[in-house]
Amino acid sequence: MKYVDEFRDGARARALGQAIAEAAATDREYRLMEFCGGHTHAVFRYGVPDLLPANVELIHGPGCPVCVLPIGRLDMAVRLVTDNPEVILCSYGDMLRVPGSKGLSLLKAKANGADVRMVYSVSDALELARAHPEREVVFFGIGFETTTPPTALGILQAEAEGLRNFSVFCNHVLTPAAMNAILAVGEDEVPVEVDGFIGPAHVSVVIGSDAYRFCASHHQKPVVIAGFEPLDVLQSILMLIEQLNEGRAGIENQYTRAVTPVGNQRAQAIMQQVFERRPSFEWRGLGEIPESALGISDAFARFDAERRFNMRYQYARGTKSCDCPAILRGVKKPTDCKLFATSCTPDNPLGSCMVSDEGACAAYYTYGRFRQQAEDAQRQQREQRGAVRQG
Amino acid sequence: MQYDRDKHAAMDEAGRRQARKLDLENGRIDMSHGAGGRAMADLVDLLFRRAFDNPLLNRGDDQALFDVSAGRMVMTTDSFVVSPLFFPGGNIGSLAVHGTVNDLAMGGAVPRYLTAGFILEEGFPLADLARIVDAMAEAAQQAGVSIVTGDTKVVERGKGDGIFINTAGVGVVPEAVDLGADRARPGDKVIVSGTIGDHGVAIMSLRKGLRFATELCSDSASLNHLVAAMVAENGPALRLMRDPTRGGVAATLNEVAHQSGVGIRLQESALPIREEVRGACELLGLDPLNVANEGKLIAIAAPEAAEALVAAMRGTPCGENAAIVGEVLEDELRLVRMATAIGGERVVDWLHGEQLPRIC
Repeated sequence: MKYVDEFRDGARARALGQAIAEAAATDREYRLMEFCGGHTHAVFRYGVPDLLPANVELIHGPGCPVCVLPIGRLDMAVRLVTDNPEVILCSYGDMLRVPGSKGLSLLKAKANGADVRMVYSVSDALELARAHPEREVVFFGIGFETTTPPTALGILQAEAEGLRNFSVFCNHVLTPAAMNAILAVGEDEVPVEVDGFIGPAHVSVVIGSDAYRFCASHHQKPVVIAGFEPLDVLQSILMLIEQLNEGRAGIENQYTRAVTPVGNQRAQAIMQQVFERRPSFEWRGLGEIPESALGISDAFARFDAERRFNMRYQYARGTKSCDCPAILRGVKKPTDCKLFATSCTPDNPLGSCMVSDEGACAAYYTYGRFRQQAEDAQRQQREQRGAVRQG
Repeated sequence: MQYDRDKHAAMDEAGRRQARKLDLENGRIDMSHGAGGRAMADLVDLLFRRAFDNPLLNRGDDQALFDVSAGRMVMTTDSFVVSPLFFPGGNIGSLAVHGTVNDLAMGGAVPRYLTAGFILEEGFPLADLARIVDAMAEAAQQAGVSIVTGDTKVVERGKGDGIFINTAGVGVVPEAVDLGADRARPGDKVIVSGTIGDHGVAIMSLRKGLRFATELCSDSASLNHLVAAMVAENGPALRLMRDPTRGGVAATLNEVAHQSGVGIRLQESALPIREEVRGACELLGLDPLNVANEGKLIAIAAPEAAEALVAAMRGTPCGENAAIVGEVLEDELRLVRMATAIGGERVVDWLHGEQLPRIC
């Protein structure tokens, strides 16, 4: 595949791995957070950690939309489609298996008779609304700045067509606000030790690299925006190490083939037209963050499912002893969680991080669990040998 | 068993005379086609028996009668509920023959006889049924098997999905062959017979909501001739064979690893994958290792015989792109891993949940 294979080249990857090993000072650690779930997925799918020296550690951030959605919001969707038989709820596939309160997912609600449909885009939902004028079609809008402009376009399209039976349950969230929240932890919280960020790829195409300036100016943390291919990730790691070695904290762009300083201004304009910032929004793992999410503006109120169906948010607790919150903040690794790979697996997820391909737990489990298991097996063998010798 | 040519010719002639009773252009299945009366007899005579035409079937008994050979036989069954029914490179009919032939062939067997059970939905176009039945007949002929008995049921409109087909089959296992999913041993080589993911991507390209333009065809094919070439080359060196259908290569190798109690390590750079498949998977966020195949096999073979087996496979129509893609390791964890193209390593896991509805 042209323009893809070039970024997965084995020889170049090994050369970059070598350069990283040479650049990394042996007397310190480099703790780098990839914010985006897309990066987490790429890191594990291609085995990037195998090319890094032991003192360069990747910490997995909260950039997985499904993972950060609080259970209470999912419960709202389940209630909406269960209590209103006229509603067809359209959702991206990822969201369907996420367990809500009492383990009730949208997939289970569907099995119980609710009309939940998996769609690939908001256009599919519009199509359903046109085909079923007698029903109420609600699109479960979720995601960072990447999926937000299409949702906005969907609402504008519905308005232009005069579609009266289409609305959006809006759960779109904002990346910079979450990065700020990770760095600005409260006094009673465990601080996240992050030396720098591998910045989002597709999100940055929309919002531009300038949107991360606060990381450098307020928190003195470098950011390197990186593409989703393995060579992109490796090169951005090298760029971060170089900045850290030089004591710099700048916003650099490795993904120059797609990201500009100001981003996609047309996409930003339609987002501004249709949405407005919510004063505050709850994030799974990060808690309430001010001005971190979008709601539908008054001018488009009739497309707002929350207002249309009088939906009410109610806080809901997650599974007991599920470490998703700490994992989403980068304080714990998936393997630190007691439930990981025991009672929580991709086939039976208890926490949201185990559901989406972009979730840290799912990526660890699917692609990388041999690391932990191999270490455990080795330790067990050592202990057994020790026991035999002592015996 | 004596094959009565005259009787058959007379029957064929009678069938031709009655052909107008079955409107294969505009007719549709109705409840009478499954009611056991004249309409059902016509459907069987004029459509199924004419297409599948063989002495065992033509006897018209409730069962097929045949001699059995000494030695070992294999038997298998499979149901086909594919959507869409017609796809580039085949239809549900050819798939129903290939699938069962391949299940027999994966035991190293020479497939002999198939059965065919049809569940038809009221209103299903006879023209579509004729296309499907013709494809079955052609696939059976290519594979060298006979469809020797069958069954037809009709369900009311709304209670089926056009057509469901079940095929069962029996085959004879040559003496030198002894295959089993528990026979993979550390050091053995993993061979794949050709490009992976073709069928799944061809089907997905037709799905509502996904539709994308591709010239890719399903790889649906009978693998028994390929298997015969492998057995002829070195039957005793073969440990096991599997056709990686639903769940793809990843699911098949995980099953093997579990049943044999071993680990498997693939080389990403050795996997034969078409550009179109890679591109489509990239776009849809899928892993070609999880995508279904209908005309490919995975063989685990003794290391010293692997190269010659691959060479023999490459000389047959379904094996041109055969390659050694990995090896079997000792591993208590029974994991399938892959050395990635960039030099890292990752687990190749079972598919979790459902990739897409009903691929085969």
